[in-house]
This record gives sequence, structure tokens and C-alpha cells, in this order.
Amino acid sequence: MKHEIQRIGEETLKVLKDMESSEALQELKVKILGKKGSLTALLRQMGGLSPEERPIMGQVVNEVRSRLEQAWEERSAELEAIALEKRLSLERIDITLPGRRVQRGHHHPLTQVMEEIEDIFLGMGFQIAEGPEIESDYYNFEALNLPKEHPAREMQDSFYITEEILLRTQTSPVQVRTMEKLFPYLPVKVIAPGKVYRNDDDATHSPMFHQVEGLIVDHGIRMSDLKGILLNFSRQMFGDSREIRLRPSFFPFTEPSAEVDVSCMLCGGAGCRLCKGTGWIEILGSGMVHPRVLEAGGYDPKEVTGFAFGMGVERIAMLKFGIEDMRLLFDNDLRFLQQF
Amino acid sequence: MKVSMEWLRELVDLDQSAEQLAETLTRGGIEVEGVENLNKGFEKVVIGELVSLEKHPDADRLLVCDINVGQESVVIVTGAQNLLVGDRIPVAMVGATLPNELSIRKSKLRGVVSLGMLCSREELLLDEAVGLDRSAGGILILPPDAPIGENFGHYLGREDSVLDLELYPNRPDCLAMVNVAREVASLTKKKPHLPKWADQDQELPLPTASDLRIIIEDEDLCWRYAGLVVEDVQIEPSPEWMQKRLKASGVRPINNIVDITNYCMMEMGQPLHAFDRDKIQGDVHVRCAYPGEKIVTLDGVERNLQIDTLLIADDHVALGLAGVMGGLDSEVTKDTKRLMIESAHFSQVSIRRTSRRLGLRSEASNRFEKGLNVHGIVATLGRVCDLLLELGAGRPVALVDVVKKLPSGRQVSLSAEHTSTVLGVELKVDEIRQVLDNLNFKYQQQKGLFQVEIPAYRSDLEIEEDLMEEVARLIGYDRIPTTLPQGDLTQGSRTPGQEFRRRLRRVLVQSGLDEVLTYTFTRAESDAQWGSAQHSIPLLNPLRDELSVMRTSLVPGLLDVAARNVARRNMEVGIFEIGNTYWGEEQPLKDLPREELRVAGVAVGKSGKHWLNQPIDKDFYYLKGILEEVALEFGLKLEYRSAKNNSLLHPGRSADIYLKKQCIGFLGEMHPTLEKEWGLERVVVFQLELPPMLEQMRQTVRAYSIPRFPAIQRDLAVVVSMEISAEAVMAKIRKLGGELLQQVEVFDVYTGKPIPDDHKSLAFSLRYQSLERTLTDEEVNLLNSRILDGIQQEFGAEWRK
Ligand SMILES: [Zn+2]
Repeated sequence: MKHEIQRIGEETLKVLKDMESSEALQELKVKILGKKGSLTALLRQMGGLSPEERPIMGQVVNEVRSRLEQAWEERSAELEAIALEKRLSLERIDITLPGRRVQRGHHHPLTQVMEEIEDIFLGMGFQIAEGPEIESDYYNFEALNLPKEHPAREMQDSFYITEEILLRTQTSPVQVRTMEKLFPYLPVKVIAPGKVYRNDDDATHSPMFHQVEGLIVDHGIRMSDLKGILLNFSRQMFGDSREIRLRPSFFPFTEPSAEVDVSCMLCGGAGCRLCKGTGWIEILGSGMVHPRVLEAGGYDPKEVTGFAFGMGVERIAMLKFGIEDMRLLFDNDLRFLQQF
Repeated sequence: MKVSMEWLRELVDLDQSAEQLAETLTRGGIEVEGVENLNKGFEKVVIGELVSLEKHPDADRLLVCDINVGQESVVIVTGAQNLLVGDRIPVAMVGATLPNELSIRKSKLRGVVSLGMLCSREELLLDEAVGLDRSAGGILILPPDAPIGENFGHYLGREDSVLDLELYPNRPDCLAMVNVAREVASLTKKKPHLPKWADQDQELPLPTASDLRIIIEDEDLCWRYAGLVVEDVQIEPSPEWMQKRLKASGVRPINNIVDITNYCMMEMGQPLHAFDRDKIQGDVHVRCAYPGEKIVTLDGVERNLQIDTLLIADDHVALGLAGVMGGLDSEVTKDTKRLMIESAHFSQVSIRRTSRRLGLRSEASNRFEKGLNVHGIVATLGRVCDLLLELGAGRPVALVDVVKKLPSGRQVSLSAEHTSTVLGVELKVDEIRQVLDNLNFKYQQQKGLFQVEIPAYRSDLEIEEDLMEEVARLIGYDRIPTTLPQGDLTQGSRTPGQEFRRRLRRVLVQSGLDEVLTYTFTRAESDAQWGSAQHSIPLLNPLRDELSVMRTSLVPGLLDVAARNVARRNMEVGIFEIGNTYWGEEQPLKDLPREELRVAGVAVGKSGKHWLNQPIDKDFYYLKGILEEVALEFGLKLEYRSAKNNSLLHPGRSADIYLKKQCIGFLGEMHPTLEKEWGLERVVVFQLELPPMLEQMRQTVRAYSIPRFPAIQRDLAVVVSMEISAEAVMAKIRKLGGELLQQVEVFDVYTGKPIPDDHKSLAFSLRYQSLERTLTDEEVNLLNSRILDGIQQEFGAEWRK
């Protein structure tokens, strides 16, 4: 009997090693160790053994059983590993195929730039002001020291609605409107982004375009403060290594006035096509608020001073993104817009 | 203003090149737009002598020329047939780039090396009359005295460089060479050498005319009028030096008299006009035109005059348009013997109006429009007298000077301390004095306070700040340091409206729409269609007809963009715009109109083919889904009701959108009858008003906690008649489900077999959950069947298993 047990053990171990599937392995296990299994059947016959033989045989059976079970587990683990290996080798995908498309839209480059400008000035403690796009002659011109028939009015070809109402030609009217609203509060520290209009249409002019106006009024505001704020802005907008320079200029509503150039972001100042070899790029107009404009806003020019600046958003977007024709910005071709 | 460097060098000591001076002026506030080298294209063109001429050994039609160009000789192969040995000819040397942009290189023609090119008149783009008759149709042949080896441009007198000044409206003084010279002198700290007449208010030692009376009839439009009477006039061409300077300044030479008046205008800034004295009958009148009056101007055109047009007239007829153009009848001709040369002030406004109206703009009208120095009127005639005598063009005999108004001199005070404070630069009193000296201004000084006498030609200097700018630009803007404002810290902030727009833009972009920006003016017809013709505001001077009214709707602009993109085969369009619409209350406008913010979107087409994704139709539900995202972002309950009376939208596929019982916009497919107009098919549009959304938006999120007890899910499918809306059924389900029903969603809509015609199957998934306990299957089943009964009764719905 002992031999019989050991034979079953040996034979089973031999077969077990060649089992190729876990199902077959399970089947074999039932055949040997199940209720009707051959080893179980032998065990039943142990009732006919002498009391001395029983513990010996019991030990033999247990040994064989545990050997078998261990072998089963090993083989079963092996088979699982093989199966996993096989599955992994079958489940190969082409990782170069594109992913599921996510529908995402795009911000217009001009709003992107405008928000960026806003954020920079928000960070410097400016509030954002607004004013109407359809403006009175008073706010657009007269309050800005541009009386009727002033030759400087000709710098801007206006769209008129009536003799007294027009599409604003600049965001500067927001200067006086804001001062009127805030007086006598100090400091006045705002930027005013928005649409402006001039009767012009070519590769560098659009009849509708965008400006951001800036205004600070307080005790003791200096022209050097203007330079400091704008240097700060230019570096955040165009890069840390930018420098700025001021050039005398003329705007009726500032005195002294200055054109502001920033060192070329393409060549760093060495001279290239973008900066026409000068190393500098004009980005905005600015100056100390003209006393008559302060007065129009309700403030006393003997008490306070201020500076103002205005920049063209299209121009900055064109510089930033390398756009050559302004008309592209309002053509709204999706192939263009979806780059941003 | 075109400034000849050669002329300028006569008026001021100058050690800078044209390019250097351009930079100095630009940095000093006089912007130089460009520097034109008059010799451009001729830098490497020299005069050569044809030494020998032989047939090319291997080409019948080519000639091999040996040419002496001064220091050396060159061999050049040419095909020209008009040359003789000994001819003097312009030779384009290797490296030259001719005015027609042709670059000359070393070349080999059938084995013979050619080192340059012989040029024809046409290749040199010449307008000077130069060369022998034999030049026609071939190489330009110069007179035998043309100096061998000399630069061809210099031979033609083109040595000069010209600065093109882009003047701001505050510096009309720089429309005069003498004032440009003054400016250059101040900026470079050099001495100007001006004609003595450049100083203002000088007497001209001439008797007043006994036979010429000048009558200013409108002294508001003409403050001063001086007439210089000249006799023994000899009309002939002006000398070469004067012609060169005029040409460099962009003025065409005509004859000595006209050239002298133009020369003095360019030099002194005061426009002049010469009348034939013998054509003036009686007195000279400065007056406005009579009703119906006409004049034939110098250009031969008969012009009808408005009654506010300022004229120069004699007792009988108009002689010329004041400041704009002379009349043909009083023109100076070769037979003219006596002159009256006019030097006058005319109103800026009047001249501008007349020149605009007649489309006549000239160097003279430009100067009158910008405003000129009334104190320089007679002084300029003094300069004219000098030149008349110098050129032997005529003999000044008398002067009539009628003065109605003479602006008085101005004094402006300037404080050194105040200037330092405003500029943010520590300036010494001496530095400021130095600046005033450089400007050649007269002043009285009391320690740090200057009383500055403003010269008449600097009418732009009115207040202390104007002088501060003079100080700043003369010391250089680079002297200004960079500082930051010293006041209290301030908090940057956006208004709630601005914040709302930013968030709205983000939601729409994240949902897949592209943002566009369109013009706010549009076609009247389209705007009337989608907006309100009654409120739309027309522009008086639109750029084009299709940009003639301010929009009352954003939709036409977006449809234009969609149509343009589809026409360019960008077939998948989903776009939006946030912007103003403009509402006028009356015509014409008396007050500023309302500006109302809207958001609108347009979608058409379907998403492109993709190996995984099903194409998404850009249909009603596409945009509705996006609007639901918007509603979710701002905590808004938007309600969709069938659109009423909207002829623009598909009646079965459109909705009015309500917020708190107020209609704030619409969403729908465009009506098929409009599709042709835009060239778009199945296009969906929406538009919403922003202010109500901003008003109703949720201010902050109130979070609720997640229930701890498990939820039970039940699906429910019913068949209802087609006209019953899903929303109505869901509302009923919600009502019946009470507070245990946490969520209802439609997960399937089906029509077709086996559902009867005019019916649809709606499948809902319901989630039951209690915040206090675990629900049992039994109570959920009971609730579910009660819901089913309820909707069966209400809608005649049938349960679909
Ligand atoms: Zn550059």
C-alpha cells in the first residue's frame, strides 16, 4: 500500500509537470485528491490497517499530499505567468496612433495679450476701468486739450455719428471719466483696455483696434516713475533683459510727452529686420498728464501730478507672435486662430 | 518736411553725417522718417572714355570695349551699336546696384570677361536732360567735356542727402529751414548762421506804394497782409544752386520769380504768392466769396466757391484762393513786367476748409493750416528783396503792410526746483540756464526762477510744462532715472463685470469654441435682420457700405466669419464672441447710446474624421451642451422654451432662453430660407445678454456633504407622444419622486420600430438616496411604480419594459 501511495505520488508529479493549462491542472487535482480521487480512495482503505501501521501510512499519505500540493501550486503559478506573458504579448497597441480627440477652443490672440497686459498691471496695483466706445466730442477731444479745429485732431481720422458724437479714437477719454468719478480720491491708478476706431484700413492699420490706457495721478508723481512702471511692464511682457528708452514726442494731453521704445526682443539690441536695424522697437506713447486734463478731471494741477500712457494691443500682439499683417487678426480664419 | 543737408550746412555748423543727424533729431523729438541719398543707385557709376572698340571673336552681335575710367581701364562687352571711339559714357562698375535695382557683377560672355555695364538713359531712370542725340535707343553718350573718372551722380549734381522730417502738429516752425537749423543748433550745441531776416519784426526800408491799396475785409480770417511791389521784372530760369535745393526739398523749379517765392517759403516758413501787378485792377481785397462766384485756378480748373471761401480779389474779379492756389488770370508769365508779391496771414481753419473742400493741398496751404508766425511776414519779404536783387530778377520798389492783429509776445516762467521734481532728475539751476541759452531764448533769472520770453516762431510753448519738455529733451530723456511711485500700496482689481467676462470666455474656450473678434460696425440689412433697425446707429462717414452701422446683434458678424471659413474649406466651425452691441434711442443721437454686452456663438459642420471618435455634429444640442456648461459655471438656471415668432430660426429646432422669467436670448438652427444668403447649411446660433447673467450668478459655491448611505439606481422607459417634452416628463418625475429622488437623467431617446408613429421612447435613469438611512428595495420599488403611474396618467405614457 505504501508503494501504491508512493507510485500515485510519483506518477502524478510526472504528469503534473507537463500540464499545459490551469483547467487540466485542476482536473488532475480532483482526480487524485478529490472526493473520488485515487489518493482519497487509498486513504479510505486505511481502515483495514493495523493500529501500528496506521500512523506510518498516515504520515506517508500526508507527505505525498503536501508534495503534490506544493507541486500543484508551483505549476499553477508557472502557468499563470505563462498565460500573463501570452496576454501581454497579444495586447500590444500602436502607441503612435493619435489619442482620443479633446475638443478645446482657443482664445483670440488679442484677448490673450490684453489679459496678459491687464494681469501685469493688476500685479502693480492698478484697477481696471472702462468707458464707452461711442463717445462725445468733449471726452474724446476737448477734455484732452484738443479744442475744435486743433490741428492735432487731424492725426486721427474719426468715425462720426453726429457732429458731437463719434467712435472714440483712443482710450484716453477714460482718463477724464475716471478722474471725474474718483475725485477727490487719490491715488488714481487705473488701466483702461478697450476698442478704439480710426478711419484707416491697410496692413498696419485696422478701422477698429484695441488700446490699453494707463493713468496714475497722485501727489508727487514724477516722470521717472513713468519710466520705472513702464520698464517693469516691458520686462514682464517682453523678457527680463529688456531695456527701455524714452524719446520726446507730442500728444496734446501730455506734457512732457514721450514715445517709449523697448530693446528689440528678437536681436536683443544688435539690430535686425524686426527693429529695422536700430535695436529698438516703439511700443507706446506716454507723458506727464497735461495740467488742463487734470483740471478737466477735477484735480488741481498745483496739488497733484500724474502720468499716462497708451499702447496698441494689436502692435504688441504682432510683435509677440510675429504676425506681419494686422488684417489677419480680424479675418478670423480658424487655421490662424487655432495656433494660439 | 524734406531737409537738404547741403542747404542745412549753410545755415548751421554741422559735423554730423546725415544718418547721425537723423538720430540726433529723432532722439531730440524731431522724428526723422528717412534719409534719402540723392545719389542712390549711382554710387558705383563713373564716367568713362571709350578707348577702343572691337568685334567679339566668337559673337557677331557683341562688341568688346576698352574703357578708361580714370585711374584704370576696364574691358566691357556690350551689344550696343551707337558707340564711337572717344565717346564719354556712364559706366556701371562691378558691385553697382542701379536705380532700377539691377546689380552689376563680373561676367563672362562667350569667353570674354566683362567687368561692368554700359548704361542707357532708361536703365539709369534719368529725368535730367543730359546726353547727345546719338544716345537715343542705345547707350547714353555724354558731352565730350564730361570729366573722365568722375562719379556720374555727382556730375549730374546729385551729391546731396535729404532728411525727411515727420513733424508733430506742435512743431509747425520746423516747416522752415531756418527753424530746423535753430533746432539742430540747440541739439548739437552749435551756432546757427541764419539770414538776418530770420529775426522777427524787422522793418523793410521801402516806401509804401502810392497806387496800391490793400483792404482786409474780414480781419478774423486775415490778420495781416503785406504786398511787395516789384518792377523791371526779368523772367528767366533760376540759377542751378537754387533749383537743386528746391528739387531736394520736393519743389519743382519753374522760373526765377516763382522759385524765389518757393525758396523763401522753404527757408523762412512763410508762403508767398506772386501776382502780375498789371492784371490787378484797382485795390486788392481780402474777402470771402460772393454767392455763386467762380474762379479759374492756376491748374485751369473752374471752381465754384462757397461763401466762406477766403479770396484775394481786385475791384472786379477774384485773383486767387487765399493761401491755397492762385488764379489763372493773374498768373506770372514770361511777359510779366511788374509784380505784387503777397506775404500774409490767413486763418488756419479757413484754409483747411477750403483746401479739403477743393481737394487742393500744397506746401503753402499746409503751412497756413498748421499756423504760422505773423511776426515774420515782412521779414520774409526782406529775404525776397535780397534774392530778387542777387538774381537780377526784379527791383523792389514799394511795400504795403496792413496789420489788423499781431499776437503779443509771451512770457512763461520756469522753476528749476519744480522742473527737477516733475522730471524726477536733480537739475542744477545752471543746467537749466544752459538749456535756455542753447535754445537761444531770452530770459530773466531770479535764482532758480526764469521768466522766459518765448520767440514768436515757437507758438507751441505756452505753459511751464512745455518748457520742462524743452529742458528734458535738451538734457536728453536718458538722464531721467527709473523710479517707482512713492504713494501708498494699492490693490489691483477687476470689476465683477470684467471678472465675469473672463470666466465666461474660459468656459466657452474649454468647451471647444474658438473666440473671434469682429468689427462692431456691419451691414445695415443684416443687422436689421438679427438686431433692431429702429435702434441701429449709422456712421456719417463709414469706411465701406458694409461697415455702415453699429451692430445691435453679434450674430451677423459671426455668420460672416463662419461663411468665410466654410468657403475656405475650414468645414468645422464652432466660434463665439463677447462684445458690445449699441442701441440708439433716437435719430439722430442726442445722448450717448446704450452699450450692451452680449455673448453669441455659431456652429456648423461636424468634427472631422478620427480613427476612434465618432464625429460630433455641430447641431442644436452641441451648443446647448456648451450653454449648460456656462449655466453650471455660474450657477444659473437657464430655461429653454420653444421660440415664438422668430422668422430667423427653424421653428422646430429653436428655443428662447429664459433666466428668472426674463427672456435673455435664443438658441436655434437658422431658418432654411436664410441659408442661401450666407452659403451655410444647418448652422446653429445663440446669443445671450450678459447683464442679467451677471446679476443672477451664484456668488460663491455652497458645498453639500456626500451622503453616507448607499444609493439605489432604477431605470425607467416610457413611450409618449412626440409633442411631449422630455423636460415636462422629468419635471413630473421629480415632483413625484420627492426628496428621496436625488437625480433624474435622460439616457436614451428612441423613435422608429417598434415605437408607434408620432411617438418616442424616453429612458430615464433615477437615483434614490436618503441622507438619514439606507433605503430598502421595497420602498424604492413602491416609489418607482408611483412615479410610473403618475406619468402614465399625466401624459398617457406607456411603460416600456
Ligand atoms: Zn532687432
